[in-house]
Amino acid sequence: MSGRGAASESSPAAVAPQLIAFCEELRSEGVAVGTAEILDAFAALEVVPWTDREDFREALAATLAKSQEDRRLFELIFDRWFFRAAELEALARGAEGDEGREGFTDDATQRFDLDELREQIRRAVVAGSDGQMRDLATLAVAAFGRRGEGSGVVGVDVQRIRRSLGLTPGSQPADGAAEEPELDREGVRRFEQHLRRELERGLIERTGKLPPARPLAELDRALPTSPTQDLAAVHRSVTQLKRRLATLGQEQRGRKRGRAVDVRRTMRASLETGGVPLRLRYRPKRPRRPEIYVLCDVSTSVTSASVFFLSVLHALHDSFRKLRSFVFIERISEITEVFERERDFRKISERISRDGGVADISGYTDYGRVWLEFLEEISADLDPRSTVIVLGDARTNGRDPHAAAFARLTKRAGRTFWLNPEPRLYWNYGDSVMAAYEPHTTRSFECWTTKHLEQFVDVVAGGPIDRRY
Amino acid sequence: MPDAPDSPAEPRDLGAAGGIAETSKALADAGYLADEPASLVSHLAQRLGKPVLVEGPAGVGKTELAKALARATGRELIRLQCYEGLDEAKALYEWNYRKQLLRIQAESEDHEAAGVMDDIFAEEFLLTRPLLQAIASEDPVVLLIDEIDKTDQEFEAMLLEVLSDFQISIPELGVIEARTMPLVLLTSNNSRELTEALKRRCLYLWLDYPDVEREVEIVRLHVPELDEDLARRLVDVVGMVRELDLKKPPSIAESIDWARALLLLGADQIDAETFRRTMSIIVKHRVDLDLVAERVGMRLAAGALPSGAPE
Repeated sequence: MSGRGAASESSPAAVAPQLIAFCEELRSEGVAVGTAEILDAFAALEVVPWTDREDFREALAATLAKSQEDRRLFELIFDRWFFRAAELEALARGAEGDEGREGFTDDATQRFDLDELREQIRRAVVAGSDGQMRDLATLAVAAFGRRGEGSGVVGVDVQRIRRSLGLTPGSQPADGAAEEPELDREGVRRFEQHLRRELERGLIERTGKLPPARPLAELDRALPTSPTQDLAAVHRSVTQLKRRLATLGQEQRGRKRGRAVDVRRTMRASLETGGVPLRLRYRPKRPRRPEIYVLCDVSTSVTSASVFFLSVLHALHDSFRKLRSFVFIERISEITEVFERERDFRKISERISRDGGVADISGYTDYGRVWLEFLEEISADLDPRSTVIVLGDARTNGRDPHAAAFARLTKRAGRTFWLNPEPRLYWNYGDSVMAAYEPHTTRSFECWTTKHLEQFVDVVAGGPIDRRY
Repeated sequence: MPDAPDSPAEPRDLGAAGGIAETSKALADAGYLADEPASLVSHLAQRLGKPVLVEGPAGVGKTELAKALARATGRELIRLQCYEGLDEAKALYEWNYRKQLLRIQAESEDHEAAGVMDDIFAEEFLLTRPLLQAIASEDPVVLLIDEIDKTDQEFEAMLLEVLSDFQISIPELGVIEARTMPLVLLTSNNSRELTEALKRRCLYLWLDYPDVEREVEIVRLHVPELDEDLARRLVDVVGMVRELDLKKPPSIAESIDWARALLLLGADQIDAETFRRTMSIIVKHRVDLDLVAERVGMRLAAGALPSGAPE
């Protein structure tokens, strides 16, 4: 549509104001478009036959939208922007549009009665012509809009329109014209897509803004509350974290700069070459390979969070060999072996709930007892190089928190981090005794979205600490 | 992906004369069926001299695109495979210490120390690594920086100079500028977010699994002996497998491998039995195998043909 604007015969410079305004629009929706990108876009339009709609769109997309997410926004905004521009153009010219190519006025739509429309659509779907389908979808939407059958929900409307047009895969035309070929599923699906597009576009036009959903919000969403819910989403973000964790110990390796020459070994090696130190020997750099102890609360008060925590544990196990993990409710139980043996996350959580043996009598968390047990059984292994990570809400159900035991434990370990699945606001309300533990930890974090988790990883990785959290 | 059956005839500049269609055709001649965005971006990259960042799931032919571009343009392909901990000594250049030491030793008798110092930081003591090699090459090359997302952010920062100005600064030697404009492709599997600075310097191309028609064409291009109906059927089944939530969905290369295997076995139909015997070619995880056998195997056994298959 854009290509048919007034400037289609002249140079790209003629669209400059339009294009810059379009970039402004992209920016306002959160796509990072810099001056460099805009210049690139112009450069690209110089070499692309930009009178073709698809090429024009692709050239802009390649230079302006630099990720999948940006691309999605780009498509939405592109449609909205150039659709509107074409509309204005058409109105300004007073054009009615040959066969309704652009800018459908009411006159144009009224020319078709429903049966004719049905017939045309059927033909377009069979022919598989995208351009025709797009135009016909606009007509169909307009026709149904006039009849007042729109429900306002895009998904519902698409199906309604499709049904009343009698477009079912494999069906014969209603009036029994037997020579017409059948509709294949793919074609109908594509027409549905066009319908959806047109309806969304209409919605955008009416409300004057983009549909609210931005899939990136997925990361900001609170933790999943059941194992079936979006475990994949958590896993996706955890794999990203895992990568960063995995590079931690290794980034020092293979970096020549800043390595210390081992004089003794260099001299020793120089004997081979008659005393000339041809080969330098370096002191090996021993990366800090932290030993990590993770203690994870799996009681009912943190059910929703523990799924998330377990998947974090799962990811951690993939990247650290020296990782020991424990789950606890009333008692503590080591589950390192479970993680080592099982690869499937579902199986792991099953096994933990089956043979964890962590709930003794009441099923309520007893932090005090857990610390005492941990001190007694495992703390001998702790040394200043080890890191202890506690995942829990510090709700003791009114039992003795044994903060002194926790303090002794943290002294033995090098660093202690506490991840609390509750917002900081709720800490120390009710039976939460976070205040008793917090002073002993290296740092405590609230951790109820994957974003928080990233923050935590930043700190552990020695990255910049964002004080807002 | 396996190499194309035919090799390039003569070096040519894709972008200069023709448009996108020519680029697309040249790529097809090199054994790569590019979809519209891919050929358009390749065309742009040539004309604008900008690097291209190619993202997409594993096995959609990102690396293959670079190889095909090299074949289509008759340029040499220089490949830098990225990994964790890759540093400039392995990517850019390194001083050849031993040679330097030998020179010092050889010349210390009859030269002054200062002269030797200047002497040993000359290009002959430089071990070139892929990036420097691409920049310094006499003939234009295609530079493929593979799996850029596997490196650390520091490395990305180092790349910026190369990608925007096509030059490398060597403190002891000065700035080495590109003699010819390399065509640069960066690939990423999206395992981490790349920095804005890097993205700003690149054109962006998202490659996804091809649609059924295109994949049939691709399979037929590489395995021309395969019957068309069977190829279509095969692509349909692979599509079904990709829809499942697998650890590693089958790539295009695996579709081709499977096609070859079917040809070797002389199978003329993909039924439940053939599928069960050969599915390990497209599915490579134990967990995945079970899932695929259960879902797809059952559907095949039940005789439920996927859409578009011949009945």
